[in-house]
Amino acid sequence: MKKRFAILCCVLVLCLTFAAGCTKEPEPVTTNGEEAPTEPVAKLVAIGECTFAPFEYVDPDTGELTGFDVDLIYAIAEASNFEVEYKNMDWNSLIAALQTGEADLIVSGMTITDERAMEVKFSDPYFESGQAWCVQEDSPIKTLDDLAGKTVAVQINTTADYAAQDLDAKFKEEDKPGLNIKRLEQAADVFNELKVGGVDAVISDLPVIQEYLKNNPDSDIIVPEPAFTVEYYGIAMRKQDKDIHELVNKGLAKIKASGKYDEIYEKYFGTR
Amino acid sequence: MAGAINRKLTREGTILFDLNVVARYFPFLIRGVGITIQFTFISFLIAIVLGLLIALGRVSNNKIIRVPCQIYIDFIRGTPLLAQIYLVHFGLPQIFHYKPVGYIDALIALTLNSSAYMAEIYRGGIESIEKGQMEAARSLGMTYGHAMRYVILPQAIRRVIPPMGNEFITLLKESSLVSVIGMEDLMMRSKMMAGQSFRPFEAYFTTALIYLVLTFTFTRLLGYLEGRLKTGG
Repeated sequence: MKKRFAILCCVLVLCLTFAAGCTKEPEPVTTNGEEAPTEPVAKLVAIGECTFAPFEYVDPDTGELTGFDVDLIYAIAEASNFEVEYKNMDWNSLIAALQTGEADLIVSGMTITDERAMEVKFSDPYFESGQAWCVQEDSPIKTLDDLAGKTVAVQINTTADYAAQDLDAKFKEEDKPGLNIKRLEQAADVFNELKVGGVDAVISDLPVIQEYLKNNPDSDIIVPEPAFTVEYYGIAMRKQDKDIHELVNKGLAKIKASGKYDEIYEKYFGTR
Repeated sequence: MAGAINRKLTREGTILFDLNVVARYFPFLIRGVGITIQFTFISFLIAIVLGLLIALGRVSNNKIIRVPCQIYIDFIRGTPLLAQIYLVHFGLPQIFHYKPVGYIDALIALTLNSSAYMAEIYRGGIESIEKGQMEAARSLGMTYGHAMRYVILPQAIRRVIPPMGNEFITLLKESSLVSVIGMEDLMMRSKMMAGQSFRPFEAYFTTALIYLVLTFTFTRLLGYLEGRLKTGG
């Protein structure tokens, strides 16, 4: 009996191994299913950290990567006549992957900052965003200043992380207790941390907080104040790839003019 | 024709290995070493005791004690530490509704993990002592507990010291995983350095070297300790 069980286990493991190997790889999407009018001028790889709904995330029903940024880069590719493949990657690895040539474009809700602009070339801004904070409904924290001495969760090395560091410095300057910053790997982790009560608040991009609230209506999480920073997202590219900068910026301008940008915007955020 | 666009990977003018970056961030990195060592020592010390208890349960003749210990060891050894850390930090609070403290959760996960491996090390030591010794002790009128305490364990423990040293080194390295729940250990600081300086090679290489210095130092210390305990009889 025991032996039979052992054999059964072995067979099962083997089957799973093969089954995983046999699943059909999804065809790389080209230009929204339509035939491109002429030969594409380039085949580029775009990357993003896909726990950042609604900008890039894994569709729970289909398992495919989707989101505002994903639709945007496919639309830009179509407008500028290049092929693009979107891939998921760790937030911390994005810029390194760009520089080693593993990818050509970072489309990951990445805010244009001076520090990053020293390493990469950003496209024209494509989205206006800002940092906001959220807490549990019954929290004593009512304003940004109440965060002094409290613990906040942020995603590591994001503008939320930097905004939290600035707040910490500001509090200390005012002789108030500083901000304890808990840094987590993924955008989605910070909300789990708040939900289980490991932190008092979360700082993240406002559209991402709003999307979380939309998807988790029973979460008891509130956003007491509007965003306290203004930031612009850009598509990051290698500095020396002048041709690609042009393709992306021209494509972005084209879809803004054609109304395609508004269409994608409305799909994820409703009317402007 | 795909690939007509010129993609350049040259990084002209950039320094291959920027020592300035290393120098600037080195004190920042070093401040994470304390946390790493804290996690390693505390969980190792608890695991020394907990592991022994589980090992004794594992070799017990009583099924009610043996089976749960066996299941525990199988579960911990059969699942990734990363999954265990997430489970303790995000999973348990969701079920039992308490406020998790990252530091405690990290310690719990590391301790539970190390205890299972430690239990197997102890078991190896206990089972390496000839069966005849237990039988002889029992025939002299000692209880099972006495025989274990005064005859088997003193010999077994001397044999398990080298593999325990290995476990300590493993634990030191694996403690880097607690950075995923926000602990500011050496690894977390390394990630922050990589992200802020945009020089991942410098960040991770320097960190790897610091880990190497730590493991090297502790390996030597443990080797010294081993020698001392061997001559003890």
